Amino acid sequence: MDWDKLVQLIVNGLTLGGVYALVALGFSMVYGILKLLNLAHGDVVMVGAFIGWGVLGWLGGAQDPAVAVWLLITLMVLAAMVGCGFIGVAIERFAYRPLRRAPRIAPLISALGVSFFIQNSVLLLFGANFRSYESFDLVDVGIGISWGPLNVWILRVVVFVSALAMMLGLWLLVTRTKLGKAMRATAFDREAAAMMGIDVDRVIVRTFFIGSALAGAAGVLIGLVFGSINHFMGFGYGLKGFTAAVVGGIGSIPGAMLGGLLIGLAEALSVGYIEDVTGRIADLTGGRFPRLGSQFSDLVVFLILIGFMLLRPQGILGKREVKKV
Amino acid sequence: MSANGQPAPLLRLEGINTYYGQMHILQDVNLEVREGELVCLLGGNASGKSTTLKTILGIVEPRTGAVILDGRDVTRDSTAKRIERGLAIVPENRRLFGPMTVLENLELGAYLRPRADLQEDLERVYSIFPLLYERRKQLAGTLSGGEQQMVAMGRALMARPKLLLMDEPSMGLAPVLVERSFEVIQEVHRAGVAMLVVEQNANVSLSIADRGYVLSTGRVVLEGKASELLTHDELRKAYLGR
Repeated sequence: MDWDKLVQLIVNGLTLGGVYALVALGFSMVYGILKLLNLAHGDVVMVGAFIGWGVLGWLGGAQDPAVAVWLLITLMVLAAMVGCGFIGVAIERFAYRPLRRAPRIAPLISALGVSFFIQNSVLLLFGANFRSYESFDLVDVGIGISWGPLNVWILRVVVFVSALAMMLGLWLLVTRTKLGKAMRATAFDREAAAMMGIDVDRVIVRTFFIGSALAGAAGVLIGLVFGSINHFMGFGYGLKGFTAAVVGGIGSIPGAMLGGLLIGLAEALSVGYIEDVTGRIADLTGGRFPRLGSQFSDLVVFLILIGFMLLRPQGILGKREVKKV
Repeated sequence: MSANGQPAPLLRLEGINTYYGQMHILQDVNLEVREGELVCLLGGNASGKSTTLKTILGIVEPRTGAVILDGRDVTRDSTAKRIERGLAIVPENRRLFGPMTVLENLELGAYLRPRADLQEDLERVYSIFPLLYERRKQLAGTLSGGEQQMVAMGRALMARPKLLLMDEPSMGLAPVLVERSFEVIQEVHRAGVAMLVVEQNANVSLSIADRGYVLSTGRVVLEGKASELLTHDELRKAYLGR
């Protein structure tokens, strides 16, 4: 057993999982409150990554930053959060609110339209080239935690810790504040919430802002750890975030966090082991099964999704929806 | 007090006509609840009771007519805006926030109240329903029907309403709990809160009400003092069955 490899894969999985969890939270919050799959959510992640990249360039770039690196990263994340928050609000206002009383398929199609609109707008503005955060110039790859088999680049630690911190912040907001209570009440029974005097529209707008801000932050964190971004990246991250939300239990905030980490770990471990495992199987069965490379890691992720859909459609922490008569 | 010496109306429905698609549900409904009054709205199934409440709350918009709350026309206002005018409701089937605790449900009832008054309001509600204090950390959805009714009433009282709407308070409750519900209604009424109680159970509600309205297929067919309605021949025939 190669322990160094396993530890490294777990570290990768947690980093990835933290990012997926942030994306899943936005999916889950919006689904919880509107019962709408916000298919444009992944593209908000992508816009967040571009905003972060823009701030990075504006403040001198990775080689020659005009401010301290920690401040630079903070500014990138904050700008992406605020920018994406407002984009989320605009999406709700113009693409979903007019369809609030329409059949559920209508806002879903509208969401697809928004997704294409955002992707193509970014394509038009920035072109199809990959952009790089050049993170290795920003923070030297040698800087980090080194302890036994554990060797972690500091930027990965920053990404994981800030994802955790944001999840904790969201958890406190939802459980402890008046807005959080109003959000939960609105998600459970919108009409009854209005009967308490809750301005339901305002609660929905704020939910979109918060969910999209988390997506924006996720975009910057992705850029920081994985380096390159482009206009099409939202699709993949959106799909993974959605998977995480479903596996964790859509509508459940702790579920989204758990699902994110689980999917991140599953992906990282399959990147690391799928070649060994399928190779071993192929040897034992005389080549009846194919040998798969690490590029097939998504296969494992989506098999997990399908498995959950079949065996536990409500997800790990979700509640089975009881149809009320 | 208005000029003629009667208390000013807190709620007035003026010539309400409500449609669901082509169906004419409420037909020229006029209704009034004055300050401190306990009014009951009676009627059988599909008589338009629920639609009247939904119209008052702004969940359904009337095609013509006006809803006046505390002297202001709120016909086009959102539900939340109307609640701000001093309205609270104990909805049909209670509509508690099941996955939230009893305390959180009560806090949501006080959503528009200043935070500084929260403790005082809670203590007031706990003094009416001591059981809610014991159950405050329990999830509302796990309570029994009678306990849930107490939460729903407590939650509405947390708003310190001027006018409290009650939709079928006796529905789905054991007789002893119905009695308790109506005791609480009287208690709240004695404290000076105006109430509109929507009920199928004409006997009990008329015995505690000041005035009553009877709806039938979307029209007000009878109105008057509760004591007179109780002995009214037609009503007795239609509702009391004797």
